[in-house]
Amino acid sequence: MSTDSTKLSVTETVAAVASGLLSKAELHAAWLDRAGLDDLNALSWVSDSPELVHGDGPLGGVPLGVKDLFCTEGVPSQSGSKILEGYLPPYTATVVEALAQAGAPLIAKTHQDEFAMGSSNENCAFGPVLNPWDRGRVPGGSSGGSAAAVAAGLVPWALGTDTGGSIRQPAALCGVVGLKPTYGSVSRYGMIAFASSLDQAGPITRTVADAGLLYSQMTGKDPRDATSVEHPDSVEPVVPMDLTGVRLGVPEELTGEGVEPGVREAFEATLDLARSLGATVAPCPLPHAPHALSAYYLIAPAECSSNLARLDGVRFGLRVDPDEGLDGMYGATRAAGFGPEVRRRIMLGTYALSSGYYDAYYGRAQRVRTLISQDFDSAFEDFDAIVTPTSPSVAFELGSKTADPLSMYLSDFCTVPMSLAGIPAISIPNGLSDGLPVGFQIAGPAFSENRILGIAAALEDGLKFDGSPAWIA
Amino acid sequence: MIELEPVIGLEIHVQLATKTKMFCGCEPVFGENPNTRTCPVCLGLPGALPVINERAVDFGLRLGLALGCELANRSIFHRKNYFYADLPKGYQISQFDEPLCSGGFLDGVRIHRVHLEEDAAKLVHSSSSGRIQGADSSVVDFNRGGTPLAEIVTEPDITSAAQAREWLSLLRTTVKSLGISDVSMEEGSLRCDANISLRPVGETTLGTKTELKNMNSFRFVEKGIEAEIERQRELIQSGGTVVQETLHFDPRSGSLTALRSKEEAHDYRYFPEPDLLPVAVGPEMIKAAQDSLPELPAARASRYEEEFGLASELAQRLAFNGDLGDLFEATAAICGAGSDARLVATWVNGEVSSRVDEGSDQTVEPEALAELLGLLEDDKITTAAARGILDTLIEHGGSPADLVESQGLGKVGGGDELSAAVDAAIASDPEAAAKVAAGEQKALGPLVGLVMKATQGRADGGEVRALIFSKLADS
Repeated sequence: MSTDSTKLSVTETVAAVASGLLSKAELHAAWLDRAGLDDLNALSWVSDSPELVHGDGPLGGVPLGVKDLFCTEGVPSQSGSKILEGYLPPYTATVVEALAQAGAPLIAKTHQDEFAMGSSNENCAFGPVLNPWDRGRVPGGSSGGSAAAVAAGLVPWALGTDTGGSIRQPAALCGVVGLKPTYGSVSRYGMIAFASSLDQAGPITRTVADAGLLYSQMTGKDPRDATSVEHPDSVEPVVPMDLTGVRLGVPEELTGEGVEPGVREAFEATLDLARSLGATVAPCPLPHAPHALSAYYLIAPAECSSNLARLDGVRFGLRVDPDEGLDGMYGATRAAGFGPEVRRRIMLGTYALSSGYYDAYYGRAQRVRTLISQDFDSAFEDFDAIVTPTSPSVAFELGSKTADPLSMYLSDFCTVPMSLAGIPAISIPNGLSDGLPVGFQIAGPAFSENRILGIAAALEDGLKFDGSPAWIA
Repeated sequence: MIELEPVIGLEIHVQLATKTKMFCGCEPVFGENPNTRTCPVCLGLPGALPVINERAVDFGLRLGLALGCELANRSIFHRKNYFYADLPKGYQISQFDEPLCSGGFLDGVRIHRVHLEEDAAKLVHSSSSGRIQGADSSVVDFNRGGTPLAEIVTEPDITSAAQAREWLSLLRTTVKSLGISDVSMEEGSLRCDANISLRPVGETTLGTKTELKNMNSFRFVEKGIEAEIERQRELIQSGGTVVQETLHFDPRSGSLTALRSKEEAHDYRYFPEPDLLPVAVGPEMIKAAQDSLPELPAARASRYEEEFGLASELAQRLAFNGDLGDLFEATAAICGAGSDARLVATWVNGEVSSRVDEGSDQTVEPEALAELLGLLEDDKITTAAARGILDTLIEHGGSPADLVESQGLGKVGGGDELSAAVDAAIASDPEAAAKVAAGEQKALGPLVGLVMKATQGRADGGEVRALIFSKLADS
């Protein structure tokens, strides 16, 4: 087989390995070469092992890129933060371990926004990741390294995590597929936590079939994660769904004001495509969705303010000790180790949980979250899936939103409601707008991964997106 | 001057003797090398997640049932956030507004709640006092971190230091009988803090309270509370006001020192632990806990009354202090039905309990005590001699019969030895003898004393008196 093996999708590669057309050694060498070409600052670590150890599972030895925040034994796991610079965990995250067993060994770790807080990867302590479609632009975030690496063909597929859009938004901005699974369907054990009630690992891939393949080996109850559950369905190889009679809901609340014209145009075109394939498309009210961002920016910071307390300089990571006692060490370590966005969210969250403010902020945000969940429950009585643009804009220029956190937070306007409801959603490439990728989001009820993957595959077939930035070819 | 009464509530932490820690698979063991019983979860490493120990929940339910609590069918863990070096995650997983058990009652004291939480790690400070103040450095041993704790909070229904000690002893007995904890104050598996305030007698509102910590023995609980009651009494009666603060009791000096107020200014920012699901307590869990309940102290006391004919107060004293109850039952069983269990009960409650600290290993074996009381019942030794032998048994162990033999402690009576001693006493104090002969009872004392001295207490007082009378009547 020629060096072109890296141009295949994973599903095709697995078939090639299974039929003997491609050896695992060739595969490994080809991808080590590709990873070595990183000039996007997408990768934080690349394996120097001549052979990757993996199980004989269905993933055929196709190596995996893994977001920095997954703990990997003996391999730097820094979550994009200076406070964990060079941190080598003594254990490996359940999902990374499971995927290696299933035949997808770790080949590279990918850069991200610090502790997964950001929508542009500019909050990475190790420099921003560049968008392979335009190096002057951001790849999205927080799983920007994984999305850029897959888009640029540095890794065949990658793991990301999504808290409010951190898989879907960078997938959209880099022109690749990103699936945020149902909350609880993938173990969080070994993921350096941002917001525990929202964090969820998922695949970032070039094709919908690849996303389904990777997800099928990730999902499952983990005895080490009390919030994980067994998927009620087996996750099947993805087959494009016949869209005849499939009811798609379009929430006006998430598709109106604030969506760029180019993004809107691409979205409308894909709705037309869906209609032409037999789907019905109708407006679908999600009346509380406009409050999702406000609720999210109380719940996520509240949880992160507590989750990041363990980064205290006592047992691991950075320690700065000005010899002013324990409190002095805490203050100095955390001031030096955390970047401005992380510090901002810790302060927001600490405030939201303070005695006397809890009910007004955290308590109320949780009530809004319940209402949003109920909105989706009612919507899924009438619709099989809900569709929106993934991101209201295409990739923006580096530095263009860093001074204005609120405009940055709006990048997740369309993705946060699904995160709060814990339901699965996938972003697929929806063509280009002015030469930059646009994303199309499909959300379904809890554990409907088979369904939304099937719908996504049908649209993917119709869209015929060329998943490579021009420079790769 | 206004008469003041103490109002005392207790907060007791009990380490649960589960095989693994509260939220991970590490084995909690006392006295191991530092930091050898740890894992990513109890070290709070990035990415690690807690999983609830079902056994700890079962133990909590047993405790709730034994204390007559209402068991929640849904219970929630919260995060209690604060920074400290013994708290690796920067928060303790505890319970807040939905504890496992609420309400309850034990011997006149209402239980407010019982909840589960994880223990902190152990800080060791290199300073002369072993405390953080003035320490050059501190090290952390995470072996203890994550050990399951049940926290029992009482209502402020206790009114004296002595009652606090006795009640704590009953609680210890109850927990011990459940088999859910080692309940050793020395090893820290039973810890007690006290909230103490004073108010004028007859008043119903509570005064300002202080919290007293670090009382690591039953004796110190009583002494510490007593000292704090006195401190508050003097303060109030001299026109001062009590400040709400946390106090540390130093058992060596008996002094109370305030912890720095800075350590007090906590806003714990409680919120539901998102890494755990609510605990759903099903009927089968409650039934399992119910089925495992042993005989509780109150039932034990009733049984002592019926089975052994003990007076109710004596029965309760033994049953409510499990160590004494165990010793009593074991000894009475060895003595057998033919002997008087009331003698055993009286000795265990009086002579033994005054000599043995609660929870101490240095005590008397039931076999030895049974043998000793057998000798006493058979009139082979006097009560005074038996007390001396008990001292030796507790201190060094051994066989009572051997001790009687080797130390010549057998009772003197009926024979020539006692008669000679009485003769000698009459001869050495003719004045007293004359008075006794003239009917002056009071004069008998010195004569009896002389006989006892000569026989080293091995003679029976009644027999000596009778012998003196008969000899003086004969003369």
